[in-house]
Amino acid sequence: MSSQVAAMPRKTRGPWAVAFAKLATDRAAMASLAVFLIIVLACFSAPLYAKWAGTDPFASTLDAVIQIDGADVPVMEQSTEGLGLGYTPIGPTWRLGNYFLGADSQGRDVMARLLYGGLNSLLIAGAATIFTLIFGTLAGLIAGYFGGITDTVLSRLLDVLWAFPIYLLAISLSIVTIAQGIAIGPIEIQSGSLWLPIIIIGIVYIPYVARPIRGQVLALRHSEFVLAAINLGVPGWRILWRDILPNITTTLIVFVPLMMALNMLTESALSFLSIGVQPPAASWGTIIQDGQALLYTRPLVALVPGLAIAVSVMALNVFGDGLRDALDPRSKVRLGRD
Amino acid sequence: MKKLLLAASAAALLAGSWLAPAQAEYLKEHRGGTIRLLARSAAGTLDPHINYTDQGWQMYQPIYDGLVAFRKAEGVDGFSIVPDLAEALPEVSNDGKTFTFKLRKGIKFSNGQDLGVKDVVASFQRIFKISGPTSGTFYAGIVGADKCLADTKSCTLEGGVVADEAADTITLNLTKPDAEILYKLALPHAVILPADTPAEDMGSKPIPSTGPYMISAFDPNKGMTVSRNPNFKQWSEEAQPDGYPDVVQYDFGLSEEAAVTAIQNGEADWMFDALPSDRLGELGSKSMDQLHISPLSAWWYAPLNTRMAPFDNEKARQAVAYAVDRNTLVKLFGGKVLASPVCQVLPPDFPGHEDYCPFTKNPGAKWSAPDVEKAKQLVEQSGTKGQKVTIIVEDTAISRAIGVYLQSVLTNIGYVADVKPISSNLQFTYIQNTNNKVQMSVTQWYKDYPAASDFLNILFSCASYREGSDASINISGFCDKDIDAQMQKALDLGVADQKAADKLWAAIDKQVTDKAPAVGLFTPKRLDFVSKRIGNFKFNPQFNWIITQSWVQ
Repeated sequence: MSSQVAAMPRKTRGPWAVAFAKLATDRAAMASLAVFLIIVLACFSAPLYAKWAGTDPFASTLDAVIQIDGADVPVMEQSTEGLGLGYTPIGPTWRLGNYFLGADSQGRDVMARLLYGGLNSLLIAGAATIFTLIFGTLAGLIAGYFGGITDTVLSRLLDVLWAFPIYLLAISLSIVTIAQGIAIGPIEIQSGSLWLPIIIIGIVYIPYVARPIRGQVLALRHSEFVLAAINLGVPGWRILWRDILPNITTTLIVFVPLMMALNMLTESALSFLSIGVQPPAASWGTIIQDGQALLYTRPLVALVPGLAIAVSVMALNVFGDGLRDALDPRSKVRLGRD
Repeated sequence: MKKLLLAASAAALLAGSWLAPAQAEYLKEHRGGTIRLLARSAAGTLDPHINYTDQGWQMYQPIYDGLVAFRKAEGVDGFSIVPDLAEALPEVSNDGKTFTFKLRKGIKFSNGQDLGVKDVVASFQRIFKISGPTSGTFYAGIVGADKCLADTKSCTLEGGVVADEAADTITLNLTKPDAEILYKLALPHAVILPADTPAEDMGSKPIPSTGPYMISAFDPNKGMTVSRNPNFKQWSEEAQPDGYPDVVQYDFGLSEEAAVTAIQNGEADWMFDALPSDRLGELGSKSMDQLHISPLSAWWYAPLNTRMAPFDNEKARQAVAYAVDRNTLVKLFGGKVLASPVCQVLPPDFPGHEDYCPFTKNPGAKWSAPDVEKAKQLVEQSGTKGQKVTIIVEDTAISRAIGVYLQSVLTNIGYVADVKPISSNLQFTYIQNTNNKVQMSVTQWYKDYPAASDFLNILFSCASYREGSDASINISGFCDKDIDAQMQKALDLGVADQKAADKLWAAIDKQVTDKAPAVGLFTPKRLDFVSKRIGNFKFNPQFNWIITQSWVQ
C-alpha cells in the first residue's frame, strides 16, 4: 500500500508558481511592492484629487485666497515688514484638498502637482522601460542568434551608445529635440510631448538590456535543443520565438522594476534640467526645480518630490532584487557597466 | 554750425561744467581696505573692446577710460557726457561730421607707458580688427569703417581717425552726423588701450589701463583682483575720480543663497547676481539699511513674431497686449517695489518717454487692469482662434514663471499655447534666429546708452532684422517703412535739436506700441544688497553701483 502510494506521480507546482510562492515569502520585496503600488494608486488619482480640491495645478494662481479655520488666507503672502519685498507662498496647511503641502512660487497647490508629477514620472518611466525592453531584447536576440556580421554591426552600434555617459547622451538628445520635436518621415513628435523623454530615455538604456540578453542568447544558441531545432530545419524566427525567448523571460521580468527605477531617476534629472517634462506640466523633477527657489522659505516644495523619487526607486530596487532571487537565484542580472 | 556744436556736444548730452553738480569732497580717512564682491561666474572675456555684459561694464569703470565718459554721478547727471582722456568735449565741424579731441598730457598706462595719440588710433582700429560686437553698429559711421568691416585684419580707418602727434589731437570723421556718437565713445568698447595691445581677444589676460585701478590677477573660475594703478594721478573728478578701497576682490563661484549669507556675515560686501526670491522678504524686513533700490532703464517684454501666424495679424498681437495682467507679472518679479507695469517701449524717465498705455481697461497714460473681454473679441475678429502658439523662455525661475503665466493667458483668450524653457546661454540667440520659427518669447533689453534709438531703432527698425541670423535683434521681425522713415528722421533731427528729436521719438514710441510687435511687461529695478561696512553707496544710471566710490573703512 505504502509502496503504491510512493509510486503514484506527485502533482508538482510549476516554476512560475514556485517563484511567486518564494517571492511571497520575501517580506522586504512584498513590502516594497505594496509601497510602490500605493504610490502608483495615489498618482493615478491625481485628476480626482485636483477636481475634489477644486484646484488647477497648471495655472498661476497668485491672487488666490483660501479659507483656513474660517479665515481668508492669501496663497501668496506679500511681506508687510520693512520694504515689503517679495511674496512668500503659503506653507503646508496639512488639510487634504486645501494646499496640504502648501503652494509653489506661482501659487499652485504642491500636493496636486506632486500627484500629477508622479503620474508623469511613472508613465514616462514605465513607457521607457517597455521601449527599452522591446528594442533591447530585439537587438540582443538578433545579435546573439544570427552572429557573424549581424552581431558585429549590432554590437558595435551598442558599443557606441554604451561609450557615452548616459546622462550626457540623454541631455544632448533632449537639448536637440526640446524646441522643435522630432520629425522623421511620417513620424512627427511635438516638442512638448511626453513621447520625447520616453524615447530618449528608452534609447539610452538599450545597451543595458541588449548586452546581457545577447550573452544569454549566445549560450542558448549552442544548447542541444536549439541545435536540434536548427537541424530539423525549423526557421530561425520560430526558434527565437518558441525556444529562445521563453528562456530569457525571467531575465526580462527581473529587468522591469530595475529599469523602471533607473528610468525614473533619469526622467527626474532631465526634467530638473528643463529638458524633460515641459511646463506647465509637472514631474517630480520639475517640482524639485520649482522648489529650488524656495529652499529657504518653503523647503518642502523641493523635499517632498525628492523623497517621493527616493522611496519609489528604493521600493522598485528592493522588489526587483526579490523578484530576481525568486525567479532565478543564480542569476547575475545587474544593471550597470560591470 | 554753432547749433550743431551745441546740440551734439553739449546740450544733447547735458554736458558742460556749468551743469555739473558740486562733486563730493574726497575723504582721505576712508581710503584703504578691500571691497569683496561676489558673482556666480565671471563676466566672460576681460577684453573691454569685446565684453558686452553689465557685469563687465560696471567693473571697467574705475579701470579704463575713453576720450569721453559718462559722469561718475548719481541720478540723471550720471547720463551726461564729460571729457575723460580728452581735455574737453570735442570741437565739432564739417556739419557735425568731424569731431576734434585734444588729448590730455601726462597720463600713463598702468604698465608705465605714456598715453599718446597713437594709442587712440590703434584702439579705434582694434575695435574692427577684433570684430568687436558693436563695430558694425555703433562705430560703423566712422569714415573707413566699411573697409574695416569688410577686411578686419588690414583695418586702418584711413581718413576716419586721424592723429596729429604734434598738436596731440585726434580727429574723428563720420560719414554722416550722429547725435549719439559721444555716448558710443563713452562705452567700454571704445576705451583707449596701449597701441601694442594684440589685435585678438585677450581672454583672461589683463590689458594695461589708465584709470585709478588695474586688473592685477584674474582666474575666470576663481576671481579677479583689482588693485590701485601706481601711475594714476586724478585728472578729472567727474570723469575718473580716485577711489577709496586699495583693492577690489571679485570672487566667482558662490551661489546666490551662499552670497547672501556671506554678505550677512560680513564676509563679502556685495553680490552681482539678483537676490534669491525667497530671501527678499527676510532681507526687506531685517536688512533694510543694507538694501539699495535703483531704477533701471530696462524693459522686460514678450516679442511677437509679426511674420508668422497668428501674430502676423495685428489684432492678434493687440489681443495679447490687452490680456496680459502686468500686476501679476510684477508680483512674479517680487512686487511693486522691484518692478512697475508697463505698456510701451521706452522706459520711464528715459529720453523720449511719454506715459502711454492703449492696452488696458480705460486706455490712457498708465496701465490699470487687463481687458480680457476686449482681447477675446480681437482674437475672434482676427480669425486666429484655436491656433497653436509656443512661447520660448529662458530657463530661469522668473522667466519660466512668466512663460507659464503667459501660456495661461493665451489659453484663456483662445489659443492652444505651450511654453518651452531653453538654457539662458542659448535662448537670446535662439529667439533671434528666424530659422527657429519662434512665435513668441520672453526677454529683456537693457540700454546701452540713454537714447530712445537704443530701444526703438535697435529693436524695431527694418535694418535690425536679419533673416536666418543669430544676431537679428529685431526679434519680432517688425518692419514698417513709415515708422522706419520717422526713426531715421528722428536720428537726423537729434544732431541739431535733441528736444525736437525726443518729441518725435515719443510719437514713434506710441506708433510702435499701437502696432504691438511686442508686449511690454514691466520695468525692473535694481536691488543691491551690501554689507554693513559699505559706506557712500552711489548708483550711476548708466553703469550701476560705482564700486570704488564706496568705502569699507
